[in-house]
Amino acid sequence: MTTVIKKPTTQADKSTDSAVTISRILGVFGEISKYVVLIPLAISFMFPIYWMFVSALKDDPQVFTVPPVLLPNPVFFENFIEAWNFLPFNTFAFNTIFRYVLPTTLITVVSCTVIAYGFAKIDWPYRDQVFYVVLLTMMLPWAVKMVPLFLMFRDWNWLDTYFPWTVTAAFGTPYIIFLLRQFFRTIPNEILDAARVDGANELVILWRIIFPLARPALVVVGLFRFMWAWNDYLGPRIFIRTQENFPLALGIDLLQSRANDVGACVRCLPYLMAVSFLVALPIIIMFFFAQRTFIEGISLTGTKG
Amino acid sequence: MTAMPFKKLRNMSAIEKRNLRWGLLFVSPWIIGFLIFELYPTLSSLYYSFHRYDIIREPVFLGFENYIDLFTDDPNFPTVLWNTLYYTVIGVPIGIGFAFLIANLLNTKIVGRTFFRGVIYMPAIVPAVASAMVWQFLMNTQFGAINGLLRALELPIIPFLSSPAWSKPSLILVLIWTQGAAVVIFLASLQDVPRSLYEAASIDGANGFHQFLNITIPMTSPIILFNLITGFITAFQEFTIPWLLTQGGPMNSTEFLLTFLYRNAFINFRMGKASAIAWVILAIIVVFTAILLRSSARWVYYGGD
Repeated sequence: MTTVIKKPTTQADKSTDSAVTISRILGVFGEISKYVVLIPLAISFMFPIYWMFVSALKDDPQVFTVPPVLLPNPVFFENFIEAWNFLPFNTFAFNTIFRYVLPTTLITVVSCTVIAYGFAKIDWPYRDQVFYVVLLTMMLPWAVKMVPLFLMFRDWNWLDTYFPWTVTAAFGTPYIIFLLRQFFRTIPNEILDAARVDGANELVILWRIIFPLARPALVVVGLFRFMWAWNDYLGPRIFIRTQENFPLALGIDLLQSRANDVGACVRCLPYLMAVSFLVALPIIIMFFFAQRTFIEGISLTGTKG
Repeated sequence: MTAMPFKKLRNMSAIEKRNLRWGLLFVSPWIIGFLIFELYPTLSSLYYSFHRYDIIREPVFLGFENYIDLFTDDPNFPTVLWNTLYYTVIGVPIGIGFAFLIANLLNTKIVGRTFFRGVIYMPAIVPAVASAMVWQFLMNTQFGAINGLLRALELPIIPFLSSPAWSKPSLILVLIWTQGAAVVIFLASLQDVPRSLYEAASIDGANGFHQFLNITIPMTSPIILFNLITGFITAFQEFTIPWLLTQGGPMNSTEFLLTFLYRNAFINFRMGKASAIAWVILAIIVVFTAILLRSSARWVYYGGD
């Protein structure tokens, strides 16, 4: 886009000093123009998240002022606490963390490791053909299964529980099976065969060799499963019905609909921003600490596709 | 899938039998899960799409009526289809193109590349519910920050979410803001392009633009294809952002296939019709993927692998 000739071409070699200077100025100009694009872009990409945070610190007059107030003064830190207690967000957080995200993530990682190992490292007839079916289900839009799963879970009394995620996690997630299989295939067979010769059965190999070796990959898929569950909205929207079972995502939604009732709260919009920010915060913090894991995981998904 | 191994079971060596036993044992969770949570729902979705079903009374067989009604009788469906195609066909290529350009910019010598990459990726992992809340606020016509900025610059304000003409472009703007994953994937693939190709090209006198056109694009074309396909599949099933930002409005201008499906299934309890919509979504995804894959013979370069 803004790339400028870096190496002098044959023409440039013959050219006069002034031409060399021009290309050098162009080079400097090119360098600067990169940042002229990138810095405003970075600011506009961060702005919504910044705005969530600062709006959470305002009161109504500061929120509804034109032009917008970039730095709130005075600052209402109590908005975070008041918003959190305006609806039972402790319950929502408990549901999200202990009933949805953690069990689902842990179960998924274990089940997908076992399944992916069976597809990657044990050589059984028609294995790869069966694996094509895994790939095929990856492409199947979830829209198709939405209605039947709802009806099925209704008949099983699974509505309003987190079984639709935790129990089904035990049967693996095609996408994660696929990623782990790709990773396991890079583990040399010699190590496994040596263990087999020593009399280790496949379960022992899985536990003693695969789990330790695959830890980085397991962290990546675990992180992604965690994030999908944390951010999930449509799933709970369909399967979770009563407020006491809501996860955070539905809690925010509920707060928004409450905020629309006139007179429900004084600083409704700051409350909404405060809670949205608090729910986004764990993901943002995780990203800061595990940026490389995120980036590796994302790059992996693309380059293997 | 099992017929062949059974036939040969007698002729199999001890090791082969052992592998088959362990292999099937390890992948059995997936096989069970596939039958219960993939195959059965898919077939029953097809079944419901040929029935009228309000979840209380027994399903009534209708033949193709649900499908025919969608295309001939339903006053909203053509709009829904148009909205979805508008959003995907315009939004996805812009989003992916934008991601590609940013990735190329980040692939040059940049101070703080990790920082910029992180900033651009972050919106992609922030919970969609939280994003929806802040964008709704940012894009508010009266007191939103974007219009505040436009006012300050003495530009005309934009009724982002309150005018049918602006609502879809506004959602596309949010879509572009969440393309960070594509940027990361592109960046990883750009770093895999051999330096030697660019060096050879510079010696031959090719300028930056020609190098971009004749090296960068062909060498990363499989990833462009991958990002386009996944981008389309995701965008055709977009739910959270339009549902929370505009609830399908104003004047149905942001009612997409999945929000329409949700409304029919879980608000109006028309499970049959909703299932028919799901299969229309599946058909559209299959057609789009097929077109992209077909066209890829002309523009995707696989020589590098």
